[in-house]
Amino acid sequence: MEFAELIKTPRVDGVVLHRPFMPTVEGTLCLTGHHLILSSRQDNTEELWLLHANIDSIEKRFVGSLGTIIVKCKDLRVIQLDIPGMEECLNIASSIEALSTLDSVSLMYPFFYRPLFEVIEDGWQLFVPEEAFKDLESMVLFYPWNETTLFGLPKEDEEDNIALWSAESAFTVDEAVMMRAAQPLTGTNGRRCKEDEKLINATLCAGKRGYIIDTRTIAVAQQAKTRGGGFEQEANYPQWRRIHKAIERSNVLQDSLIKLVEACNDQSHSMDRWLSKLEASNWQSKVKEILTTACLAAQCIDREGASVLVHGTEGTDSTLQVTSLAQIILDPACRTIRGFEVLIEREWLQAGHPFQQRCAQSAYSNGKPRSEAPVFLLFLDCVWQILRQFPCSFQFNENLLIMFFEHAYASQFGTFLGNCVAERVKLQLSQKTVSLWSWVNRPQELERFLNPLYEPNNLVIWPSVAPQSLLLWEGVFLRWNRSTKCLDEACQEMVHIIEYNKELQNKVNSLRRQLAQLETEDSPLQTP
Amino acid sequence: MHKKKCNVCFPSQVEQVKLLDRFSNKSVTGTLHLTATHLIFVESNSTSAQEIWILHHHIASVEKLSLTTSGCPLLIQCRNFRLVHFVIPRERDCHDIYSSLLRLLRPVSYDELYAFSYNPKQNDQQREEGWQLIDLAAEFERMGVPCDQWQLTDVNREYKVCETYPRDLYVPITASKPIIIGSSKFRSKGRFPVLTYFYQEKKAAVCRCSQPLSGFSARCLEDEHMLQAISKANHNSRYIYVMDTRPKLNALANRAAGKGYENEDNYPNIRFQFVGIENIHVMRGSLQKLLEVMGTRSLSMTDYLVGLENSGWLRHIKAIMDAAIFLAKAVTDEGASVLVHCSDGWDRTAQVCALGSLLLDPYYRTIKGFMVLIEKDWISFGHKFADRCDQLDPDPKEVSPIFTQFLECVWQLTEQFPQAFEFSEWFLIQIHEHVHSCQFGNFLGNSQRQREDLQLKERTYSLWAHLLSEKQNYLNPVYSPSFAESHPVLEPSTQAYHFKFWRNMYHQYDRSMHPRQSILKHVLTLKESNRELEGTVQALKTKLQTFGVSTSPLKPQTPPREEDAPASTGGERTVEGSSATENGYGELKGSFDSKNEPAVVTLEFGVARMTC
Repeated sequence: MEFAELIKTPRVDGVVLHRPFMPTVEGTLCLTGHHLILSSRQDNTEELWLLHANIDSIEKRFVGSLGTIIVKCKDLRVIQLDIPGMEECLNIASSIEALSTLDSVSLMYPFFYRPLFEVIEDGWQLFVPEEAFKDLESMVLFYPWNETTLFGLPKEDEEDNIALWSAESAFTVDEAVMMRAAQPLTGTNGRRCKEDEKLINATLCAGKRGYIIDTRTIAVAQQAKTRGGGFEQEANYPQWRRIHKAIERSNVLQDSLIKLVEACNDQSHSMDRWLSKLEASNWQSKVKEILTTACLAAQCIDREGASVLVHGTEGTDSTLQVTSLAQIILDPACRTIRGFEVLIEREWLQAGHPFQQRCAQSAYSNGKPRSEAPVFLLFLDCVWQILRQFPCSFQFNENLLIMFFEHAYASQFGTFLGNCVAERVKLQLSQKTVSLWSWVNRPQELERFLNPLYEPNNLVIWPSVAPQSLLLWEGVFLRWNRSTKCLDEACQEMVHIIEYNKELQNKVNSLRRQLAQLETEDSPLQTP
Repeated sequence: MHKKKCNVCFPSQVEQVKLLDRFSNKSVTGTLHLTATHLIFVESNSTSAQEIWILHHHIASVEKLSLTTSGCPLLIQCRNFRLVHFVIPRERDCHDIYSSLLRLLRPVSYDELYAFSYNPKQNDQQREEGWQLIDLAAEFERMGVPCDQWQLTDVNREYKVCETYPRDLYVPITASKPIIIGSSKFRSKGRFPVLTYFYQEKKAAVCRCSQPLSGFSARCLEDEHMLQAISKANHNSRYIYVMDTRPKLNALANRAAGKGYENEDNYPNIRFQFVGIENIHVMRGSLQKLLEVMGTRSLSMTDYLVGLENSGWLRHIKAIMDAAIFLAKAVTDEGASVLVHCSDGWDRTAQVCALGSLLLDPYYRTIKGFMVLIEKDWISFGHKFADRCDQLDPDPKEVSPIFTQFLECVWQLTEQFPQAFEFSEWFLIQIHEHVHSCQFGNFLGNSQRQREDLQLKERTYSLWAHLLSEKQNYLNPVYSPSFAESHPVLEPSTQAYHFKFWRNMYHQYDRSMHPRQSILKHVLTLKESNRELEGTVQALKTKLQTFGVSTSPLKPQTPPREEDAPASTGGERTVEGSSATENGYGELKGSFDSKNEPAVVTLEFGVARMTC
């Protein structure tokens, strides 16, 4: 298929762009296969480059022959384009609609994008163990991370997605591990699997205890039995104790996001209405639930020295939220930029979070949601909450989290394409697209993501999960609804104070050295 | 530290008292001391023994709960939002402490207040200087008053016209004494229209008064003249705004009692506006609801948000902010003068005038200026601190968090304009602390006249001197004086989502809820260190010069070695209070190893409660 077929009107002059908190821009609108571009053709005004993939939905309106297209983006921004001429407007609208909902993955922008920067460190080679790709179809990875050897587990096993993450030596807890899995397929008549029991029980030394954290309520887990799923019977796993938590299934989350964004975008709300809509969206409750469960998992490991197995139904959504957040709490390495990338690579990409399905649509989707859900965004929100409570413990700042949110939904890079490692291999992403890591890890880009307050510490960081301590993530949800000029300038001033401090310390040191040198040069003269 | 043992109280010391954490199952054991002024808890058997000092004046209520297996619980709620839960082993001791506290909590006369015994070891001269720090005459001069349109009047020199106003008042030059006196007779409590802020650039005035005694049809020519005089004093606008800060319904109801609001037909050139801020009773109830919700253990997000909404607290905060913005806009955009009133003109009027002035004038956003603002719009114009803050002779119906709301509005502004204020939230919290502490004389009593009668300036110390002496602690490290040039007038957004729950105020003693690393503290320390380092650089340069070395320009910088770093920077910063047990993520109770807390025996009866 040629993109040209979809673009009936590639260019319109005299288009006016309205964006909140920015001056309106008049210029020429151009449609390409992957971008919507508005250029004023003047030197100083900003151009708009919008990926079609970033467009969540559009609305059109007409007043006389002046058409208006309201473009709602997956990064939650809403912009308005006034287009003279009804035909042009209709053409543009239908092109955008078609181009933003392309079915085929191979038509996505990452397959066409050629980087304008030199790839120094190929992100595709960074974190992926090469041997793992050999036999993905019949094998699922099973990998202890502090060892170099990898071994697979036959797919016949009823737990089809097990990864073992060994607690690193940085923790004073000995021999405690965190594992994730999918639910066991016990069904209604309580099927057992000797191999599964052996495997789970084998992770614990004699006399050791472990916790199985089921992210579903007991009622939901019971229900799952009727569909062949279920949970571990304690009699069969004697060293393990099961705890049920209530993290919502992914399909409920999409609705929650839609409601939250709607509440944030309505400027006419009275205080009461705002609070009640915020509450009704249930988003903040989910943040609290997930963080609480992650803290619980971390607590089992750190405080009880027990091993933990986390699972929900599939082990690819709530499970990953819990295991990855627990690691951020426990492991200082995960709070560095590199470590956080490793975490996303291991706990999300390689663990098989279905990014493409989950991020196909965002908060403005009109259609009935299929498998869309902001599972990853919720995880990022939780990380932001911990970052807010420990502002000096992370090497990165909020911008990095926002960037991951944007790229998970629409990107020029191939990293978040596909739904699992096998799919990514099939798509030959590493050959045909550029990795997000290749771009992020360039020193020029990294600078934007560095937290000036960062002072590494080796502590376990326990966040408060009291509702009073959890905030709305304004950087994402109010990003386009407020002017951040004053906040940005204050942040600049803070950076300035920190940098000035370093500068002064250097100055003092060099003066001291100079003085010491002079004093030693002088002293032989005084003592002949 | 001055532990003054109190002879009348018994027992003065109780051992083995348990202090329970409000939101978790944690507890510490220590000794409870009772002095004439403080209740003190000293943690025992610990290297970093914490001490908790609770001023008797801060205690709002003491509650003796029913006996449990571990002892007798005593619940103390403070006005600075501290809530402590002691368990005292012997019921007798608990009862004695309880009844001693009840006696101490109820000062009968002003002389018993802490301010009259508090002695910061200063001599008389230092004390006097403290009181001279804030000079309201100088403040009016700074605004440009007196001027060709506004003059100082001496009608209230003897507090004869209005005893809740200060002696010095500023009125339009065309307002003669008979007009003033006539107008004062037509206003509640004699609080006639006077100047509180003068916006020099547009010659627009912000004036304040109480409601007119208009009933359904009464008029007063002098009062009408008075408003006209205010209008005429400003050539930039043909009209003045009259802001009635009450909800219309309340103002209407007042008419039946012979009070009410200005009839536009009788007052030429006024634009009348209701702004709908609720009364002291609604505000008191609102805070009570808020605190009840926030004090719930294992509060769910839903209950938190629903509770926040139902309390109405943020709605009230927004209403006050909206009114102040209306005032500021009228003054700056239209160059119009504004007259603000509510019922008596000492609660909502103080909130709106003070906050409005703060939006208009960058001076009030400095530490000194903020003190001046409080001194002017709150203290001198007779906000009834004694009644509202429950200092003496409690009348529960008079207590209301009006001043707290003002401080919160300012905090909300600091969140939107982080560089506009010289002070940080710690300054606001500290002022709040001392409005209730009765440790300094500033906020005692209900009016200037009463304060003079109490001879506060001779017998007590000024809070402002104390705060200025610790100014370093209250500075906002990212404050930018040049911000005032680019934003002389603050124009905050009043979108509902910009108003946040002020956790650091209402949970100031609940450390487990705070961010575990404070950016404010961190940056403040760095800024302090920068100042010291600048001094060190200077000293080193001078030293080098003795060697005949010219120090400027500097040699190329070499990276510092670890051991060279001055000890003052970085400092000790632990991730304090970050513990898994404290946060109560739940579910681990009843796990294999954790011990169960002893069950609490709760009886339906025998709950002694006392609120004062």
